[in-house]
Amino acid sequence: MTSISSLSSAFTGDDPGNRLFGPVPDVVGQSTSDADHPARVGFFTDTSVCIGCKACEVACKEWNTLPMDGADGRVDVLGLTGESYDNTGMLGANSWRHVAFVEQSRAVDLPMPTVGRPGDVGSPRPLAEPPVVHAEVPASATTAEQTAPQQTQSGDREIRWLMSSDVCKHCTHAGCLDVCPTGSLFRTEYGSVVVQEDICNGCGYCVPACPYGVIDQREDDGRVFKCTLCYDRLTDGLMPACATACPTESIQFGDLDELQARADARLAALQADGVEGARLYGRDESDGVGGVGAFFLLLDEPEVYGLPPDPVVTTRDLPSMWRHAAAGAAMAFGLALSAFAGHRR
Amino acid sequence: MSAEVGAEMGVSLPGAGWRRADGAPAQRREGRRRRRAGDDPGVSMVEEAEFTSYYGRPVIKPPVWKQPDVPAYLFLGGAAGTSAMLGALADMTHRPALGIAAHRVAAGGALASVGFLIHDLGRPERFLNMLRVLKVTSPLSVGSWVLAPFSALTTATAGAQLLGWFPRLRRVTGAVAAVLGGPMTTYTAVLLANTSVPSWHEPHRELPYLFAGSAAAGGGALCTVFTPVDEAAPARRLAIAGAAVELAMTHRVEHGHGLVSEPYRIGRAGLLLRTARASTAAGTGLLLATGRRRWGAVAGGALVAAGSALTRFGVFDAGMTSAKDPKYTVEPQRERARAREAASSPGEERAGG
Repeated sequence: MTSISSLSSAFTGDDPGNRLFGPVPDVVGQSTSDADHPARVGFFTDTSVCIGCKACEVACKEWNTLPMDGADGRVDVLGLTGESYDNTGMLGANSWRHVAFVEQSRAVDLPMPTVGRPGDVGSPRPLAEPPVVHAEVPASATTAEQTAPQQTQSGDREIRWLMSSDVCKHCTHAGCLDVCPTGSLFRTEYGSVVVQEDICNGCGYCVPACPYGVIDQREDDGRVFKCTLCYDRLTDGLMPACATACPTESIQFGDLDELQARADARLAALQADGVEGARLYGRDESDGVGGVGAFFLLLDEPEVYGLPPDPVVTTRDLPSMWRHAAAGAAMAFGLALSAFAGHRR
Repeated sequence: MSAEVGAEMGVSLPGAGWRRADGAPAQRREGRRRRRAGDDPGVSMVEEAEFTSYYGRPVIKPPVWKQPDVPAYLFLGGAAGTSAMLGALADMTHRPALGIAAHRVAAGGALASVGFLIHDLGRPERFLNMLRVLKVTSPLSVGSWVLAPFSALTTATAGAQLLGWFPRLRRVTGAVAAVLGGPMTTYTAVLLANTSVPSWHEPHRELPYLFAGSAAAGGGALCTVFTPVDEAAPARRLAIAGAAVELAMTHRVEHGHGLVSEPYRIGRAGLLLRTARASTAAGTGLLLATGRRRWGAVAGGALVAAGSALTRFGVFDAGMTSAKDPKYTVEPQRERARAREAASSPGEERAGG
């Protein structure tokens, strides 16, 4: 799978093919000699139409036979959190989809940066032209509501409810994959990153290597688990379970190129419609992980949803670390040698 | 990207004025006082900065590595590495007593280190999967390929010495083990630094030297303890030099990286590292003053070795602290993103100022 030349770049830092860091046009091609591999697939999770139904979580648990777990990842615990409607808490070994719920409010006398005249604060948004969610879905009143469906007014406050279904990002430069010492983690022909459970020896290195905190160890099992992008379903020509179950097409599955184009159009539509704070997360291939296979449309800063604002794959700095490790080892040798110089006592 | 969006839409307030609406626990974790990088701890606080997280939950997953397994593995592996160097050099310079002690410390440390590593695995019976591939992007893979031959060679050397077998061959195995001893002292630093744990990753340029110094202190000190004083001089000198490097590098890691240096000074990690410093300094003083007497060598060596071990426990603990609190992940990344955005739109900044 991996050639000698790719091995040396981590030592030398000489990385013309962006094997450690930077944009990669064909991430599957990088790890296979098979020119005829399928296109890279992924998820576009459009949180602006997420209704927080958790159908994705349930479908994922059912299909992948994941054990019940509490909000701290412990198995067979109910674990109610009091954190809005979120009792899943986080992604982990037993939750491969996690719907985040963020309740927000603001005073209505704030200068409204959105549509309408200054006096119209909080009034229903004028939607002259219903926006297009994506090409296949005809524009309608329903889609019009989808521009800010999570927002309403309550007394003197405007409130909104942000919901977002988080998942493994299947990074272009996956920290978990880079650091796995057994070769248990691998890149599939679809560009996703999957754990081979019969190889994993539970060393746990991938857990702190992931800049998103996705992969985790199942305590009673010892091995690590995470989203496989339903590798077993993909090989049978099916969509991943979560995308199949999503009732609002908040989770869209497809070829990554196509999803990116769709996401750009959706962002433009939302911005034209005056939806504040809309941004794509993980779409940019020049970011710290070379772009991701599962990217998002968010309505607020990433950290509001528990996502890192500027993730960087740790392997970017590995050549520098190896150089300093070599110098440190040489220093230890030097100290030992000089300890033998001089007097016998 | 978010700045562009904000600018286009004329958003004047961060996040368009949205604040979390719900319960107290999440609110209390927000709005921390933020220290500016490089400031004296506890002295100058800057204005209240808004720090956002998802209900105070960590962004990254804290390592699942156990205590004392992993810190003990770090300490023993490093001490064994420098002991193997001492052993080989003692063989070459005809110091038989130092050679015996150093080879035994190297073998014992290596075997115990392997034991702790295997015990920490979620599936210990699959430990041989570590040698299934060699990946230089994985410090644990590289480390396994260093640790496996190192522990085999040091054990063979010490065993042959104990039994009086193969006097020539065991000098060769001892010499090869000494060469592997170099990477043994520093690969564990890369192992920790090559993660998303902020307080391990940020000082990735210093940690290898800290670990090499700590390994020299630990290995030198243990060999000082187990060697008669008339042959222990090299071990003692190595312990003193290593301790000096360890103290200097720990200070840099504790103070050189702004917010992510903070976990090294507070809580359990702070206590461990302060104790380590006191122990190492006292032990070094004892070795310098009374190292030529047996009791001084034993007491000083024990203190320096304890300081080396406590340093590893402290570094490990500081990383755990930084992984569990989202501020250490979010704030430096947020600042980095802000700086990049400011750099990419300098015209706007100038017009404003």
